[in-house]
Amino acid sequence: MAVSQETLDEIALSREEYDLIVAKLGREPNGLELGMFGALWSEHCGYKHSKPLLREFPSGGDAALARAGEENAGAVNIGGGLAVVFKIESHNHPSAVEPHQGAATGVGGIVRDVLAMGARPVALLNSLRFGPPDDARNRYLFDGVVAGISAYGNCIGVPDVGGEVAFAPCYAGNPLVNAMCAGLAPVGGLTRAAADTPGDVFLLVGSATGRDGIHGASGLASRTFEEEREMRPTVQVGDPFLEKVLIEACLEAAASGLLSGMQDLGAAGLTSSVMECAARGGTGVRLDVSRVPRREPGMSPYEVMLSESQERMLLIVRPDNAEGVRRIFERWDVPVAEIGEVTADGMALVRDGDALAAEVPVAALVDAPQYRPPAARPAYLDALQSAPSPPAPSPSEAGRILRALLAAPNIASKRAVHRRYDHEVQTRTVVKPGAGGAAVLRIRETGKGLAMAVDGNGRMAYLDPYTGGAMAVAEACRNVAAAGAAPLAVTDCLNFGDPRKPEVNHQLRECVRGMADACRALGVPVVSGNVSLYNETQGEAIHPTPIVGAVGLLDDARDALSAAFGGGCAALLLGGAPGASSSDRDAAALAGSEYLAVTHGTVAGKPGIDLDAEARLQRLLVALARARLLRSAQDCSDGGLAVALAESAILGGAGFIGGGLPAGRWDAALFGESPSRAVVSCAEADVARVESAAREEGVPCARLGATGGDRFVIQGLVDEPLADLAAAYFGGLEAALGK
Amino acid sequence: MPPRYGVLVFPGTWSDADWLHALEGPVGAAAEPVFHKETDLSRFDCVVVPGGFSYGDYLRPGAIARFSPVMEAVAAFAGAGGPVIGSCNGFQVLCESGLLPGALMRNASLEFRCQPQRLRVERAAAPFTEGLREGEPLSVPISHGDGNYYADAETLARMEANGQIAFRYCDADGAATPEANPNGSLGNIAGVTNEAGNVLGLMPHPERAVEELLGGTDGLRLLRSLDGALRERVGV
Repeated sequence: MAVSQETLDEIALSREEYDLIVAKLGREPNGLELGMFGALWSEHCGYKHSKPLLREFPSGGDAALARAGEENAGAVNIGGGLAVVFKIESHNHPSAVEPHQGAATGVGGIVRDVLAMGARPVALLNSLRFGPPDDARNRYLFDGVVAGISAYGNCIGVPDVGGEVAFAPCYAGNPLVNAMCAGLAPVGGLTRAAADTPGDVFLLVGSATGRDGIHGASGLASRTFEEEREMRPTVQVGDPFLEKVLIEACLEAAASGLLSGMQDLGAAGLTSSVMECAARGGTGVRLDVSRVPRREPGMSPYEVMLSESQERMLLIVRPDNAEGVRRIFERWDVPVAEIGEVTADGMALVRDGDALAAEVPVAALVDAPQYRPPAARPAYLDALQSAPSPPAPSPSEAGRILRALLAAPNIASKRAVHRRYDHEVQTRTVVKPGAGGAAVLRIRETGKGLAMAVDGNGRMAYLDPYTGGAMAVAEACRNVAAAGAAPLAVTDCLNFGDPRKPEVNHQLRECVRGMADACRALGVPVVSGNVSLYNETQGEAIHPTPIVGAVGLLDDARDALSAAFGGGCAALLLGGAPGASSSDRDAAALAGSEYLAVTHGTVAGKPGIDLDAEARLQRLLVALARARLLRSAQDCSDGGLAVALAESAILGGAGFIGGGLPAGRWDAALFGESPSRAVVSCAEADVARVESAAREEGVPCARLGATGGDRFVIQGLVDEPLADLAAAYFGGLEAALGK
Repeated sequence: MPPRYGVLVFPGTWSDADWLHALEGPVGAAAEPVFHKETDLSRFDCVVVPGGFSYGDYLRPGAIARFSPVMEAVAAFAGAGGPVIGSCNGFQVLCESGLLPGALMRNASLEFRCQPQRLRVERAAAPFTEGLREGEPLSVPISHGDGNYYADAETLARMEANGQIAFRYCDADGAATPEANPNGSLGNIAGVTNEAGNVLGLMPHPERAVEELLGGTDGLRLLRSLDGALRERVGV
């Protein structure tokens, strides 16, 4: 074997995988061929440890136009001749190395995934995780990531309409940056990413190719890393201006009908882009790297094929359409180069002018080995799940604890983040970021509305991977339903540690099982997704963190609900905690709660979820919004019932006075986080109709009190001026960041 | 024939579609995009320079767009008395082109700001603000990183004397306080006109405030005021 261990390490292939390549080719691969295998067989491109698991997700549904893994993003029919196209993707490791550019190029990449479907990007969301904000490095990462998303998203004119930010010690060395993009396309105008017609030519459009980002897929995204400095050259620098122009030119080309296919260039650059198109089409490719526009002279075929330079797209066109497509891009002053063609022989043939650079079967390149490493239930689970809840503090502490929770960085208003993102461009945003658990966009053409939310709770998944996975799906869909939208489909990003560790692999498997069960219970398919493994530093894995992006549809955008209480309304709690006895219920409600973490410094307990109750609650929320019976609706999760009530009161500028809490421990009633609940407000005259609708759906419905005034009162426990709670809520994040 | 608006499109412009929707929809006018390579604006009654990041804001916001072929035509159009309105990046382009006095610097916070904003109408005059009341606070959102208006003392004094300050950032009561200033602008200035009064630049986005569903219609009042003046001009 001529290949050195050093070379294999560089491309993150094992000796066994190398031997497999030799067996497939019947010879040793040359350097470029090996590099191409390394990229396509990376975890990032090849899903070596996750593909069999992802098959557990329901992927179909009547409305699904493109399913997970088939195309660059999922697509769902939303009527009126339109499709919503969406996907979420991680950019965790690049953001850990260089937060600004890492996050910026994460946005750029997910936007191109949606663009590749022929869809106009209409919304961005993101889910971010950092270490505690009292540490200077975590603040640096937070600032850099938010600045990067802001700089890139604002420049391309795609509104950033929502998402979540959370802090926990396990993310200190390994922040999570998951970016979601949604787009709209005519159903008949969706472009595929398949090169299925021999003779079609490949046009490379956009940025010139440079030496940046080589080994991003195999090195940065597919293994753990300790020495950030050595990785810096593998992070790319984004040019959002070019991305914006590329969006316009590509959409014009897609609308012209001149394209056979379109594909973005992301991880592993030209290699994965071209080979995945050929694999989908069952064809071969002939490329000439000497025709690829370069940023600098002297680049080797290896560098050209594996560069991850940003803002590039690959177009597949019939030769007689090439001139028309070229004219569109020239009008926008975007460089176009014809770099090769589709062939019938199933071979990937790469030339550098007259010299042969690589010749391998496409099928071998895209057929990454798949692993099912052993899984073992983590040893920590039993101890944490059976740990008794800490005793309840004196009820006189309730007001103080509520204020502390409202100011806690995980719960406090993220206004300081949202206002750095343009969330209104394209004039569709009906429910704006921070106004509810989901953003709602109006679809101008049909008057319908699209609600979107991203959610995930690593603490719950850490305490019970199955339940945490199910809860992530349930919460994202619940947020969408609370806005009044029927959940259509979800996209997911699985952020885990090293899957070769049996305990991590157990977390991954159980989480996926819980997510799949929740998807089936709620009737939502997973139409796209991404897996980010090896999220570890110094051998410590992050909490298993499944992040779910949900998209739902409102028949009429005017029915959209925010979380803000109307004044002079009744406040109701829909749904109730599962559990046989009240002490079991209290323990499950307190498990993994923000209250336990903030007040008691504890992450413990065993959370639970009743998926049938969840589905009923969500159906009820959608029906109530459709009947226009509610003034506000808000999912009851982080911080529990008291925080949900306080947030609705603060956002609506209307106080609250009430009681009527569930029996049991007062702290569990106020701050427990049992899922499948929502706080709603409605006109007094509509209370009976809401109650009767809840009864019909089999959802518990309890009147909590009335809204109005300038105090927030939960009888016997909390009596605070609303302004004080608002100050805690709006000032909490900035205070934690020392601003 | 309703008034015709030409909405400029530079590479990197992104409020063009919002302007076209606002003008053709709620305002009820005729509007079409004008690509930056065009040089003939003779068919328009008003030119709109929309927001965005023309040329990526590279060098300085508006600094490259001013050299676009269409900007020579805009200067000639304005020179002949034609109404030109620039919002956000459009305001920056008009300042860089010398069609408006002053400059827009980085926000004092050094951060981008997208938020609801109150503006006080400083002057009700044709062609832009005739239909508004002087001193009334409008609610029109902002979304920019470089909206910190500056002009030297002499220029500013001349502008004040000529009534060229169109809008100031204010609070809900119409007071132009430092707390109500989102970007550090001199004198809370949010919008200015040229000396002749036919070129208006403002940082806020009136085209985003034209529907109740999206949070308000104060922007529509400004656009209807402009449209009314244009209708008188073209004799509709």
